[in-house]
Amino acid sequence: MTTNNTLPVPPYLGEGGHYGRFGGRFSPEALVAALDEVAVAWEKAKNDPDFQAELQRLLTEYTGRPSPLTEAHNFREHCNGARILLKREDLNHTGSHKINNVLGQALLTKRMGKTRVIAETGAGQHGVATATACALLGLECVIYMGEEDTRRQALNVARMRMLGAEVIPVTVGSRTLKDAVNEAFRDWVTNVETTHYLLGTVAGPHPFPSMVRDLHYIIGAEARQQVLDRTGALPDAVAACVGGGSNAIGIFAAFIPDESVRLYGFEAGGDGLDTGRHAASITGGSVGVFQGARTFVLQDEYGQTVPSHSISAGLDYPAVGPEHAWLAESGRATYAPITDAEAMEAFRLLCRTEGIIPAIESAHALAGARKIGAELGPDATILVNVSGRGDKDMTTAATYFGLLDDEGKQDR
Amino acid sequence: MTVLRRKLAEAKAEGRAALVGYYPAGFPDVASSIRVVQAMVAGGCDVIEVGFPYSDPTMDGPVIQQAADRALAAGTTPKDVLAVVRAVADAGAAALVMSYWNPIEKYGVDAFAADLAAAGGSGLITPDLIPEEAEPWIKASDAAGIDRIFLVAPSSTDERLAKTCAASRGFVYAASLMGVTGTRDKVAATARRLVERTRAVTRDSGLPICVGLGISNGAQAAEVASYADGVIVGTGFCQRVLDAPDVDTACQQVRDFAAELAAGVRAAAR
Repeated sequence: MTTNNTLPVPPYLGEGGHYGRFGGRFSPEALVAALDEVAVAWEKAKNDPDFQAELQRLLTEYTGRPSPLTEAHNFREHCNGARILLKREDLNHTGSHKINNVLGQALLTKRMGKTRVIAETGAGQHGVATATACALLGLECVIYMGEEDTRRQALNVARMRMLGAEVIPVTVGSRTLKDAVNEAFRDWVTNVETTHYLLGTVAGPHPFPSMVRDLHYIIGAEARQQVLDRTGALPDAVAACVGGGSNAIGIFAAFIPDESVRLYGFEAGGDGLDTGRHAASITGGSVGVFQGARTFVLQDEYGQTVPSHSISAGLDYPAVGPEHAWLAESGRATYAPITDAEAMEAFRLLCRTEGIIPAIESAHALAGARKIGAELGPDATILVNVSGRGDKDMTTAATYFGLLDDEGKQDR
Repeated sequence: MTVLRRKLAEAKAEGRAALVGYYPAGFPDVASSIRVVQAMVAGGCDVIEVGFPYSDPTMDGPVIQQAADRALAAGTTPKDVLAVVRAVADAGAAALVMSYWNPIEKYGVDAFAADLAAAGGSGLITPDLIPEEAEPWIKASDAAGIDRIFLVAPSSTDERLAKTCAASRGFVYAASLMGVTGTRDKVAATARRLVERTRAVTRDSGLPICVGLGISNGAQAAEVASYADGVIVGTGFCQRVLDAPDVDTACQQVRDFAAELAAGVRAAAR
């Protein structure tokens, strides 16, 4: 299969990484030179056939791309009969879409002559992918992870250490993903001569949102062609989960020019927006400046960040990438919250009907597809990004569904 | 002419660098923080940067992070920050606010500029706002007649030094090293070089250059004062308050520390 992997610059991306009033570079002066270096290096690399060939080789031989498109024949009955096509990023090496971005930035790190990589991780998927790429490419690797998350995701800590990474538990602030990002920035400003900050999502200061988008563009480019090949038409809707929003931007990007295709981003609604315990930055937050960009943020009346909550560690972040903020405000994409309960029901249904255990993050997109199906009816074709696999979530799922109770309430 | 510019000019006329102290409003509580900044002024600080506590202080090391966390846990609000500014101004020093950008934007950029001026404040230091993103703030600070202090760093290109100094008013904040706030054993070798490079672009404007990050005793203050227009110290004050058993002791130690630094800036070989 041939896929058009040329990276289009979105027409709405302005100078300095501004998406309308969103994005930009709200960063300390000390990091501006490094951000410029990354921006220039990336512009060169993405137009360099040798770099692209090396990246493509890794994506094919190492990651296992293209990831397949799987039709969910049985799950569709739980989506009001709509035709459901799953983009299987869960089948990538390391188990999620994260590897696409990581391999690109790790190659870029070597190209910039840097020897050390730092990254933040919440659930551990980005940390594991980064540790993997660093092991492959011989880079020193340090992963910052909130102490709270190292406890919740102990197995991923072991995976990262097994791969040779140093995992540093972050014990300041709320001890979760946002604090790991803060700590990574503090490391970067201190060690910028030797170190690249391999940011894991489409957030942060320019050029991270657009560079990470470019590296995930392949998800949508492949999927668009796969859907056309399979059905002879474009899908009616594309669904993805949104935390920082990298998998969603990746699959949306190829469809943004296709005006007939509706784009849906599903945020973590936690216990429900009205409870205040959620991670839905667009649907439950307000505009602010956070970790380098203007975007939607969960914040209080004084601009202090409010802790997020989600059953999915990968969506548990109090802001969202600035391109999503723009897509939401412009109306090109629609964003809606999915509660923990809705996501876990979709998680259970996909397991039972298709034999696919999705990441709980991705289960938010699946729950969203059920709502889109209800809205668009059985004639609709919905492309869903299954951004990751759920092996990492089995402790959470076992607790939630009572799978390890004496009675083994599997039928719940 | 803001009080800040007057204080820097007075220090210069005395043939010395100014002493600039940083302290977060509301740590450990608002009333105590007012007593601490008064002690800093009594000990010899010419200028006080009142820290606006923020939940995600990316440029701060563990000591100032801890102080900000405590201030937020105590319920510190923007009104409290302005109350501390007022206390500094009443004590006779120049009062600045140092804040990450989001709390200012949330307050309202124009409103903050106006309310800061009304509280007797001279200006604002913005560690995560670069001139390229600062248009609303440049307009608001012009309208309110207050100073705006941007930062330069050892990694800044000559072009950016020129741009940042052109956008700054009052002084430009030279970050002595690549890193976050906190004490260091030695003044970074990068500090003097950065000041020299910055001087090259401020020769015409005469914009003062104050140096911060990693300065934590009288000898270091004297060293930096030999080539800078101002010496900025923050973590040392916070550490003394963190370590003190009670506010009275904290204020005494803060005052003594300010006096040590004030002697330092006066002992510098210039």
